[in-house]
Amino acid sequence: MRSTAITAKDHFRTTVFPSPFHSRTDPLNRLREWVRWGDYLSAPAYFDASQEYFACRNACGVFDLTPMIKHRISGPDALAYLNRLVPREVSKIRPGRVGYTVWCADDGRVIDDGTLFHLREGDYRLCSQERHIDWLLTNAFGFDVSVVEETHDVAALALQGPTSCATLKRMGLAGIENMKPFGLGYFPFEGTELMVSRTGFTGDLGYELWLGPEHAELLWDRLFEAGDLHGIRPIGETALGLLRIEAGFIQARVDFMPVHETVRSTHTRSPFELGLGWLVDFNKPVFNGRQALREEKRRGSRYRLVKLDIEGNKPANDSFIFKGKKVIGAVTSAMWSPSAKASIALGSVEMPHGEPGEEVEVEVYYQRELKWSRVMARARVIEGVFFEPPRKRQTPPPDY
Amino acid sequence: MPSNNGNCIIIGGGHNGLVCAAYLARAGRKVTVLEAADQVGGAAVTREFAPGFRVPAGAHLLSLLDKRVRGDLDLAANGLVMAREDMASVALSEAGKHLTIAGGSVSGEGVSDADRAAMTEYHRCMKRFAGVLADLHGRIPPRVRTSDRSDLLGLARIGWKIRSLGKADMREFLRIAGINIYDVLEEYFENPLLKGALSLDGVLGTFLGPRSNNSVFCALHRYSGSDGTGIASGGMGAVTAALAAAASGLGAEIRTGSPVARILVEAGQVQGVELENGETVAAGCVVSNADPKSTFFKLLGARHLEAGFVRKIQNLRTRGNASKLHLALNGLPGFTGLDQNLCGERLLIAPDMDYVERAFNHAKYGEYSSRPAAEINIPSCHDDTLAPAGKHVLSAVVQYTPYELKAGWSGAREAFTQQVIDLLEQYAPGIRGQVLHAELLTPADLEREFRIEGGHWHHAELALDQFLMMRPVPGTARYRTPVDGLFLCGAGCHPGGGVMGSAGRNAARVVLDKGGRTPS
Repeated sequence: MRSTAITAKDHFRTTVFPSPFHSRTDPLNRLREWVRWGDYLSAPAYFDASQEYFACRNACGVFDLTPMIKHRISGPDALAYLNRLVPREVSKIRPGRVGYTVWCADDGRVIDDGTLFHLREGDYRLCSQERHIDWLLTNAFGFDVSVVEETHDVAALALQGPTSCATLKRMGLAGIENMKPFGLGYFPFEGTELMVSRTGFTGDLGYELWLGPEHAELLWDRLFEAGDLHGIRPIGETALGLLRIEAGFIQARVDFMPVHETVRSTHTRSPFELGLGWLVDFNKPVFNGRQALREEKRRGSRYRLVKLDIEGNKPANDSFIFKGKKVIGAVTSAMWSPSAKASIALGSVEMPHGEPGEEVEVEVYYQRELKWSRVMARARVIEGVFFEPPRKRQTPPPDY
Repeated sequence: MPSNNGNCIIIGGGHNGLVCAAYLARAGRKVTVLEAADQVGGAAVTREFAPGFRVPAGAHLLSLLDKRVRGDLDLAANGLVMAREDMASVALSEAGKHLTIAGGSVSGEGVSDADRAAMTEYHRCMKRFAGVLADLHGRIPPRVRTSDRSDLLGLARIGWKIRSLGKADMREFLRIAGINIYDVLEEYFENPLLKGALSLDGVLGTFLGPRSNNSVFCALHRYSGSDGTGIASGGMGAVTAALAAAASGLGAEIRTGSPVARILVEAGQVQGVELENGETVAAGCVVSNADPKSTFFKLLGARHLEAGFVRKIQNLRTRGNASKLHLALNGLPGFTGLDQNLCGERLLIAPDMDYVERAFNHAKYGEYSSRPAAEINIPSCHDDTLAPAGKHVLSAVVQYTPYELKAGWSGAREAFTQQVIDLLEQYAPGIRGQVLHAELLTPADLEREFRIEGGHWHHAELALDQFLMMRPVPGTARYRTPVDGLFLCGAGCHPGGGVMGSAGRNAARVVLDKGGRTPS
């Protein structure tokens, strides 16, 4: 098991682990390029990021999710513990459901965001981009709760796109079409148990598959056999990065800085400043950051996350956002969106700017054959997300 | 639960709890003090430890009692009589060449004129610098990140107090306030015995050696009392008895033998307390005289607090290092070369600063000192109520004895007791034969007896980073806690330990200011 590998005394000799799917992803990686994600090797792209993007939007794509940091939280006080940890009311996430959440430090600034899986009664998995075992253990003081990191004990794949449900059906997951968004269920798979959740980072119909790393290769094989006629393709980080911007999902270290790694307090963000006020439930008497967030609610926030629809077709990466001559913020993520047929961006602006419908300007730098040019492009703050097909919410989803 | 929001509960009838109760009662609040032990006093208590022999079981010398408390609560009318005031300190020498330190003067064999002059100057400086701290004792620490007028004025006042020392003294104050007493005493004095004795001022009751930073600060804290060192007639318990009488006289109800099991909270607001016997006492305002860790973790529960705050409280340095030794003696011990008249003074075993530093070395590694330092008092010299006629009690603070002894305290206590008596034997030959009964309270015992987590007499180490607006931790330094209606009033708050009562008085002022509720 992977966990023995990392706890072995010679773990330091290996700085980056191959994923349990490596024997399958390696031959498919025609670019032979690997980057590090957490403790693992991860493919930025297998062949061509834009083809992988289109595969995911028009058929289905498979992304190796194993490097995602996974924490397991269980024990009699698990619910009370989580309710103190995160601002949202965790009791509303019933067993068999998944909830998106952020968590904050006492100062109300976001540490990270992630998904909380209520696996079984009182047994939770918290997935996030960053490793938080120190903070999670700090939070455990005074609670009868077990908190462990299980990143290496769980292999995970994301299967995303319109044909994902059909692929899983063909793989033999009976009744998968009845799983609701943010639901999770267990399926027998080759003598073991496969956990499937209807979750993802693409804003489309999609699932995530979780099981022990010793069964990883078999899962990959069965999935690709089943998906063959449904256009299944492996996708890398670059394509996923595009998919998530269209979905309007934020990413730690890109759209916000985790507070524990930020020196300058004004460089962090609160949930309100990231458009996540809906995750903050002041009816709870105590949660980390409550007092500070109450105060922020009263006084008003400093920043606002905006989604921009920008004229033209040049991606506005790293651009300043202007109101007249004044810089009011900056773009944090940007792309030309093939699905929305628009240049889109996520950004952060100073309050009171950023009301939906507000017209701003974005300073876009672009290069053609080494020649840099600059254009001030008009942009509009939009409400909602850039890409949201009905199938994302439909149960059962349309059968492609 | 019945609504009883006008009521105030004080958890713990130590001196600060009683002071707070008295001030609240005086302002017309309905106050109930719940004390776990069968008598009030907390660690400021006199109790029997052998038939017919009584000692102050915790604190034994009174030097810091807040003058305002003494006056406001009229402790004299409530029965406080001093048995002895303005005690001198005697630096004991094995060879009998003792030094006597009284205020700014030092006398004894081998003290140079230079040292005599330096003593005057040292005492002047320490008293003057301690005045800056003394001025802060009666004040509620100002908030730092604020635009509130009174906070800004408070901050300005601290700055002004330091500036008004004058250029030379201000520089000296700023130079020495954070550093170690070893270096400072080296600069002032020649005589090793004198330096050793004075260095104790900086380290008694702390996890510091003379060479540790903050030891000057701790010495300044000792110097910040307005009067000299004294003892009350009837021991330290008489001080708290007078406070209890004052509080009762003002209408506070005091219930002993009533240990609180937990603080009740609902929707972030205090509802009262539950006693260990299951009884519930409702109140909208609960003031805890217990130390911060006991208050927040044992009585309240970490789950009612945000995690960053919990971590700060966890990181409070609260491990005690001082033990109390009590000896019942069948006669006055004969210290080699010491005039019998001086036996009742504050006797110090600290032959030189390196001796004290070496004694501290053990503590760093979880061991007790093989040759400890000690502050000794024989209160029965001034107070015949403590021991049968002709007999005496000896009370000593003995260092260093870390709370977390590597080998554990079970079994070690007896060995250490014998070691301390051996040490005393070197200074007072024959004392071993005079011992009728010996009791040693290690920090672990002090924790148990007085319910102070870590057995630290200041509740939390007194240091610049745990002082004023940072005591016990930022966020609860103004006696308020993150839980509405819950306040702190013990030595873990500004201005710290020693039998002062200032924390209790300040806390009462905060409670009264807002009617026991935090605006939210």
